[in-house]
Amino acid sequence: MTTTQYSTSQASSGASGRKTKAPPPPRRRRRTVNGVEPPGLIMRAIKGVVLTAACAAVVLPFLGILSTSISSPEHVTRNGGFVILPDTLNFGAYQSILSGGVVTQALAVSGFVTIAGTLLSLFVTSLLGYALARPGAFGMKAMLLLVLFSLLFSPGMIPSYLVVKEVGLIDSLWALIVPSLVSGFNVIVIRAFFSQIPSELLESARIDGAGEWQIFSRICLPLSKAVLAVIGLFYAVSYWNAFFNALLYLNDSAKWPLQLVLRTYVVNNAQLDQGDLSGVMESMPPQPSIQMAILVLSLVPILIVYPFLQKHFAKGVLTGAVKG
Amino acid sequence: MSIETRRKPPSPLGETTTPVKRRKQSWWQRMWRDRMLLAFALPGMVLLLLFHYVALLGNVIAFKDYQPFLGIWESVWTGLENFDVLFNGDPDFLNALRNTLVLTFIQTVFVFPVPIVLALLLNSLLSERIKKLVQSILYLPHFLSWVIVVAIFQQMFGGSGMVNNFLRSNGWAALDILGNPDTFFALLTSQVIWKDTGWGTILFLAALSQIDSSLYEATAVDGAGRWRQLWHITLPGLRGIIILLLILKLGDSLSVGFEQIILQQAAVGVQASEVLDTYVYNNGIVGGSWGVSTAVGLVKGLIGVVLVLAANKIAHAFGENGVYKA
Repeated sequence: MTTTQYSTSQASSGASGRKTKAPPPPRRRRRTVNGVEPPGLIMRAIKGVVLTAACAAVVLPFLGILSTSISSPEHVTRNGGFVILPDTLNFGAYQSILSGGVVTQALAVSGFVTIAGTLLSLFVTSLLGYALARPGAFGMKAMLLLVLFSLLFSPGMIPSYLVVKEVGLIDSLWALIVPSLVSGFNVIVIRAFFSQIPSELLESARIDGAGEWQIFSRICLPLSKAVLAVIGLFYAVSYWNAFFNALLYLNDSAKWPLQLVLRTYVVNNAQLDQGDLSGVMESMPPQPSIQMAILVLSLVPILIVYPFLQKHFAKGVLTGAVKG
Repeated sequence: MSIETRRKPPSPLGETTTPVKRRKQSWWQRMWRDRMLLAFALPGMVLLLLFHYVALLGNVIAFKDYQPFLGIWESVWTGLENFDVLFNGDPDFLNALRNTLVLTFIQTVFVFPVPIVLALLLNSLLSERIKKLVQSILYLPHFLSWVIVVAIFQQMFGGSGMVNNFLRSNGWAALDILGNPDTFFALLTSQVIWKDTGWGTILFLAALSQIDSSLYEATAVDGAGRWRQLWHITLPGLRGIIILLLILKLGDSLSVGFEQIILQQAAVGVQASEVLDTYVYNNGIVGGSWGVSTAVGLVKGLIGVVLVLAANKIAHAFGENGVYKA
């Protein structure tokens, strides 16, 4: 993804022969960069407009959400509930939702599910990937087939629901973690990475008396920090974003994660009142500011991990696509 | 390193036993030898077996009159009765099926080419820094949940959203963009484009960087312009990845935008928005007809597998690599 068709070197076509003869008329010869004719002025203008519009379509909503959440109540009301630029820095909406109540609780639930889920997922996935990277060991070929086949066919919504119910996870926070703990795709990616570690390295550790656990934790894991980071971030994003499984498995609204609160109070526009917030404020900030503050809270963790994700994700996606 | 390890074909993580004398070991001996690795694999495999393969067996209730208080095994067998909905053409089911197919078609035609165009645009940017900047902005929406995306669309296009505020302040009538059943598919499609176009360029950009640049130079000498090069070099270079992604899309063609639709169904009504996945959810988990919905889900899953296998075969027949070699 790093190479472009146009680089700095000027490839010249038709440059030979220029010494002896007069140069051909300039409009007959195509000026090229790495073999491609550079775009004309109109094409470049169109390109600029299209890409600017695409970027604005992403940036503008974010700006509006942030601005609405920190603007003064009068400013928000005057503009019909959504402003693009803030007039002041007013964190009243954040204070009211973070001082206890529904949103604070949901934030804690989402935080717990994301952190516990990601750590457990990484641990179990990398252990399985390590074992499967040893096709000579007992049963590993069969297990690899089982993992691969699971990618082809998903059991379906109702059978999955029934299994979670039979296991007794309904209305438990673990229902958000355990069923999605192992992703077959990630197992395959980690296995592919472990398989590339030179066997001499492991052989020498074995000769020095290291057991499987030591080889796994002291050699394989440190060598695969990058791929573990990518997979961990992908797991974390999917735990943080999970909405439907909470709707399916949790009837008790006290256990709702942030995404479900977001759906209830922002998408479905349910009224949040003083009781839901249990804040100590004398006056409630306007509803739109509170809604946008909830939205910002649900966005912030993604925005924080995004730079790290971005550094590695292309690599992760391509590893999966090629080696899977 | 010893000579023995050289002589054997290298296994990825080496051998547990010395390969010098290899007597045939019994199952128990081999299990005992690899007990540590088996213990490593155990937690992951148990979860996979339970939530994937046991759940897969749970599809038997498609052939039963499932009653939650009786449980899966005690419920009465009913043969193919639950499949009557499919065979006899229950109107609700047919509506869901039609919506699914129309939506899949629309999204294949209007969503699929957008990342290709964007990738070509990005690829033709001269400045590496601008390219990086645009990429980091456009990839971001992929990581947002559907709840957030739908909430953002509400803020922009809802009754008191930005667009309608603008219209009202200029004296025009406000538009009902989010609650209009006639334009619901267009809304869904534009949301998908907004969320996943940037992300969709990754694989195309990777394929573009693999194209041999001497091809461009050679054709330029022969007088080919930008558009001829696009048609004769760039697009053929993308053919493999386009076919691969179309195959995968075909396998998913019966499942479109479940979370996206569930979140917005209330605004436009069931008739305009029901697809097969929401049908299974609304009838099974909300409505309690477990058997029928499971039957629909099962048939949907089977058709998906058949479609992928068939498309893969066709791709091989045309000399392409497809998803896997079999």
